[in-house]
Amino acid sequence: MSSDLRLDVTESDGDGRGALTPILHRVVSRHQETADVTILALEPLSGPRLEVRPGQFNMLTAFGVGEVAISVSSAPRDPGPIQHSVRDVGQVTHALCRSRVGDLIGVRGPFGTDWRVSLDDVNSPILSGGDVVVMAGGIGLAPLRGAVHELVARAREGGGRVFVLIGAREPAQIVFNEDLAAWERDGARVLVSVDRGSPQWRGRVGLVTTLLADAGFDASSAAALICGPEIMMRFSARALVDMGVDPHRILVSLERNMQCGLGWCGHCQLGPFILCRDGPVVPYAGVVSHLLSERER
Amino acid sequence: MSESMADLVRSHPVAAGLGDDAVALLVGCAKNVAFNADELLISEGASADTFYLLRRGHVAIEVHSPERGALVIETVGPGAVVGWSWLVPPYRWTFDARALEPVGAIAIDGACLRTKALSDPAFGFAMLSKVSVELLERLQATRLRLLDLYGRTDVQ
Repeated sequence: MSSDLRLDVTESDGDGRGALTPILHRVVSRHQETADVTILALEPLSGPRLEVRPGQFNMLTAFGVGEVAISVSSAPRDPGPIQHSVRDVGQVTHALCRSRVGDLIGVRGPFGTDWRVSLDDVNSPILSGGDVVVMAGGIGLAPLRGAVHELVARAREGGGRVFVLIGAREPAQIVFNEDLAAWERDGARVLVSVDRGSPQWRGRVGLVTTLLADAGFDASSAAALICGPEIMMRFSARALVDMGVDPHRILVSLERNMQCGLGWCGHCQLGPFILCRDGPVVPYAGVVSHLLSERER
Repeated sequence: MSESMADLVRSHPVAAGLGDDAVALLVGCAKNVAFNADELLISEGASADTFYLLRRGHVAIEVHSPERGALVIETVGPGAVVGWSWLVPPYRWTFDARALEPVGAIAIDGACLRTKALSDPAFGFAMLSKVSVELLERLQATRLRLLDLYGRTDVQ
């Protein structure tokens, strides 16, 4: 684990501000990305902007409703406020999605591990100069967005090639379309496949793994980042390994019921992992490859 | 220098691991073909006498609905086998296959291949095994899509 940006409550300012007590943030802009995904840009009312590594998450509070774990979708290189992409799937996320510019939201974090794409991560299994394959399913692109920004920028400076493979339910559910176009302009190979086409859709229809054969990366040197529904991650990781990608160089993002964010409450335990602390980003090799294939008890 | 038909067949994944004799049998039923964008490789209801080993370009497997027009079930690209109905009676195509862009393919005469497979069971089994690999992969992918993975709330 490279990140030293994880919050340690023992090192906080005494009252656990940020780790235990939400820091008030104001919604400075909101964007309806798809019918059920809203991007909220948040600025702290006071104090510095949170420093977050791609892949980490915050606990967002909709006051009077509840708290929920939401990954950060802005990139460290983004000059603007921190962004969260919220999918309207429950009471808390519904309240967050309905928030308006000027509303206050509580933020605790950042929590968890990251995608290991930061320059100071000298032992990163991702940044060895080989190709990097990023596979995202649905809203799973949100926690990967910052990592792709980093990787594409790095590729322009002589780093490994970047391949972004996107799976979505249908064309209207594809998120970050502007980013996909920008990444492609900047040299990344971006392929998108949907489960269900539409009359206007002229692109690929099929499982996201069907994009692997067309992508054209060098499996022997490639690393991979995968985020999406667990079944999608399981089949994607297996397909990558079958192609020759080293499982130790595949990272996946796992999520369970994140509550405290500090590894205290145990709600997010998965096998030996407390995912809010040891995850969400974990190596696929070893325990995780088995956990992804086993029924939880 | 143009590639021979044997080279073209050998370069397709379906021929991977096949011996020279088997490739020669396959080549005897094969010809090189090309399609323009929007051209149909296969028409629903037509006799399934030729299937295709895609070399370049993508193809949409479609079914037509009076209310909704052509519905794309999936798209396939280079390395794929397009058409399986030549394998089993009544040898009739179930879906359309439409070129999404200029497509290069090896057309295989299904009746020719069936005849050779019957007279050479080892070759027949090898071919059936090859086609079954893709059948299985496509069936598994279809099953996963039926789960509507991205409609779930697993990731936030």
